[in-house]
Amino acid sequence: MNRVVDIANLSHRYGSVVALDKVSFNVERGELFGIIGPDGSGKSTLYRILATLLVPDSGHASINGLDTVRDYKKLRTHIGYMPERFSLYEDLTVSENLNFFASLFGVSVQDNYDIIAPVFGQLERFPNRRAGALSGGMKQKLALSCALIHRPDILLLDEPTTGVDAVSRSEFWDMLSRLREHDITILVSTSYMDEATRCDRIAMIDRGHILDIDTPANLVSKLDENLYNASATDMFGLLNRLRELPGVIDCYTFGATLHLVTRAYFDIQKTVTRLTESGLEDVRISRAKGNIEDLFIKLTRDEQH
Amino acid sequence: MNSIEKVISVKNLTKKFGSFTAVDHITFDVMKGEIFGFLGANGAGKTTAMRMLCGLSYPTSGEGSVAGCDITSQAETIKRRIGYMSQKFSLYGDLTVMENIRLFSTIYGMSDKDIKTVSARLFKELEMEEMKNALVRDIPVGWKQKLAFATATIHNPQVVFLDEPTGGVDPVTRRRFWELIYKAAADGMTVFVTTHYLDEAEYCNRVSIMVDGKISALDNPAALKKKYNVSTMDEVFRIVAKNAQRGE
Amino acid sequence: MYRQWTRFFVLSLKMLNGENEMNGFGSVIKKEALYIMRDRRTMVITLVMPLILLLLFGFAISTEVNNIRLVAVVDRHCDATRDLLERFAVNDYFSYLGEVNQVDVEPLLRSGKIDAALFLKTDDGKIIPQIVADGSNTTSARAVTGYIMGVIGEPSASQPVLTYTLYNPQMKSSYNFVPGIMGMIFILICAIMTSVSIVREKESGTMDLLLVSPTRPGTIILGKLIPYFVLSCAILAIMLLLAYTVLGLPLSGSIFNVVALSLIYIVLALSIGLLVSTIVDSQLTALIVSAVIFMVPVIMLSGMIFPIDNMPGVLQAVSCIIPARWYIEAMRKLMIQQLDMAYVIKEGSILLLMTMVLLFISITKFRSSR
Repeated sequence: MNRVVDIANLSHRYGSVVALDKVSFNVERGELFGIIGPDGSGKSTLYRILATLLVPDSGHASINGLDTVRDYKKLRTHIGYMPERFSLYEDLTVSENLNFFASLFGVSVQDNYDIIAPVFGQLERFPNRRAGALSGGMKQKLALSCALIHRPDILLLDEPTTGVDAVSRSEFWDMLSRLREHDITILVSTSYMDEATRCDRIAMIDRGHILDIDTPANLVSKLDENLYNASATDMFGLLNRLRELPGVIDCYTFGATLHLVTRAYFDIQKTVTRLTESGLEDVRISRAKGNIEDLFIKLTRDEQH
Repeated sequence: MNSIEKVISVKNLTKKFGSFTAVDHITFDVMKGEIFGFLGANGAGKTTAMRMLCGLSYPTSGEGSVAGCDITSQAETIKRRIGYMSQKFSLYGDLTVMENIRLFSTIYGMSDKDIKTVSARLFKELEMEEMKNALVRDIPVGWKQKLAFATATIHNPQVVFLDEPTGGVDPVTRRRFWELIYKAAADGMTVFVTTHYLDEAEYCNRVSIMVDGKISALDNPAALKKKYNVSTMDEVFRIVAKNAQRGE
Repeated sequence: MYRQWTRFFVLSLKMLNGENEMNGFGSVIKKEALYIMRDRRTMVITLVMPLILLLLFGFAISTEVNNIRLVAVVDRHCDATRDLLERFAVNDYFSYLGEVNQVDVEPLLRSGKIDAALFLKTDDGKIIPQIVADGSNTTSARAVTGYIMGVIGEPSASQPVLTYTLYNPQMKSSYNFVPGIMGMIFILICAIMTSVSIVREKESGTMDLLLVSPTRPGTIILGKLIPYFVLSCAILAIMLLLAYTVLGLPLSGSIFNVVALSLIYIVLALSIGLLVSTIVDSQLTALIVSAVIFMVPVIMLSGMIFPIDNMPGVLQAVSCIIPARWYIEAMRKLMIQQLDMAYVIKEGSILLLMTMVLLFISITKFRSSR
């Protein structure tokens, strides 16, 4: 059996707020599985259930065939959990933190050093620095080392890249790819849509339910809409004008250009002429290739209708 | 005299904490109505620099002026002429929408009459009329953000500082927020913004990237991408910030 | 709970023998101890505060009234009045400022220049004394009038009243406060510090990491409590040392009973801290809850400052559920009255019972908080 994580009809609410609404999916052994969604979409609730910290209202979840509610004690040695904030003891040093978490699981740092080596390497230089004095990127690496030190089969990383700069984020994803050589299954959540392409498969989640699950490439190919790039000297003016055009379903900023979702009868040439006549300079419209973010916007738009 | 008005002007601004130089001789200008992206790796000195510009911290050396005020001698006047919004703390969740607006307008010394007209205008502009008596913690994140921006600019400041205003927010809401920024800039407000989303850097008129306390790159996004011969700001950032010594 | 304790016992034995490498329990203790020591300021405050409180209450703040400023208004002088005034003049407790006119008395009292005035009127050859005292502080006014009456009454009374003060013959208030301060300090340190330290872990998310490890919740909690227990023992030692040396509390065999009861009380305070931490979610709330719900009643209702016998019935009933009341009462008996254990069996058993109930509730609640 290669299914490591098995989630079926998981629901949870806090008072009247629905955090998870019948969530189901599976994760295969060795997969790097991404859970992508904005803050408040239910990612952390899902993680807390998987980490055996929260009992769901209904549905069940199991990891390695162990139920998160019934077999939580046995399960705890199988998982490495890294909560939303880098939960470390800020007044303890780097090595004290690592040794502490190792001893909680009854393992020694030496025995398992090989697995954390690629992550911990940069921290080796200052074992006596207090965790609180580390930068965001370094805290993130220390927290990951602490979650890994007992050789878990599955890593649960809840927003490990939030608040970390782009360089550290990219390094972090490189590390995760390397960890898979140790046959570790990784469940990682993020609110940065651009990170989705680093995962084998992703689940897009919004307001407690799954919008779609697939490989990033397959997901993007589902963007069957007419998608265009648009730009002009006055971008804000262009945005307002485009929104008023009849064939335009949606128009939103997208990096250096605007993304334009249109109906089939949309005509680039006519639109450019019309916009130029209305006083905009340097109007350019060309076909665009969508990405995960376009898909998320499309899926949330479809939900509302 | 320049034909374009400088709203922020900084020359050799330096801040040292003991032997550690957090901000190291930075020099730049921001023009009226400009959207200025202030990027940098963790620990590069962004926050320290921004605190100095907001009059919350005195520079060790160098000079600067914000909204026509000197950042050392007129720090208190600066605070009346700028707006500030961060994702972490901008609104009081246990107060209603209306109470938040009233609070912030009172802080900036507006009269009761002005508060009435301003809040009426805001409710209309933000389309929040029906939720003005809802507790802020209960309203959706998108509205919260709009409201936070509205309260940060309620006194019509010359420049507004936005410290990672869109962290963790869904793509649709983020875009709506940037449209607000565009609109404010089009109305002549200067916007000084930090972000970790590099696609957002593309929305800025000009972008500076801080590395190890210094400004390592400063230009408009198109020129930066051309200079480093790459297609996205993400790549520009990685090339510029790659050699950072700090951040340990 | 029994399992926890045996486990604790076995683990400590193992650790003593040095045969086990670092395990969850030991490392939680070590980590918590490191944390306490790293936070130098808090540690210094917790160690120095009891010292300062003891010395402050022992010497500086005294309920005795000294140096009463007194004037006299005499309508007709005679030997008896002169004799009486002479006695005030030589008495250490009074500073006799002389005679004034009746009209000057009120302005003097009002301006706070004197504490009391003594009117001596002669009627039919008999002296009728009247005392006018500043009643703005009722405690001192009562003491002042009492002292004056004492001085006046001495020779003339045909049947002198003999008063003996037992247990504290010199009426020194310096060590009367020791039991009260001990009752307060342990709640302050054990309850507040433990609840804040546990809630801090909840806030930072590290508690989740501890809970997802195979280390059991009960073990985690015991590991967290032990360093605070040790710290409290150190404070107990400091306070006792100070009380028996500087404050001059007479040393006797009852000190062992004092220590034994104090240890029970420390465990009780620790369980209060644990209970608070299971209920609240932020460090600030933990602080406020511990301070308001536990400190204020300790100060107001435990008999530390206001005698319980003088309270209205309802408050007397309320004071029964305040652990500090029983602890302070027992400490008074053991330390000041120098009684032996037989006299504090009631207080001791109540404390023991309270401790067990609180410990049970808080551990159960902590475990079920998942």
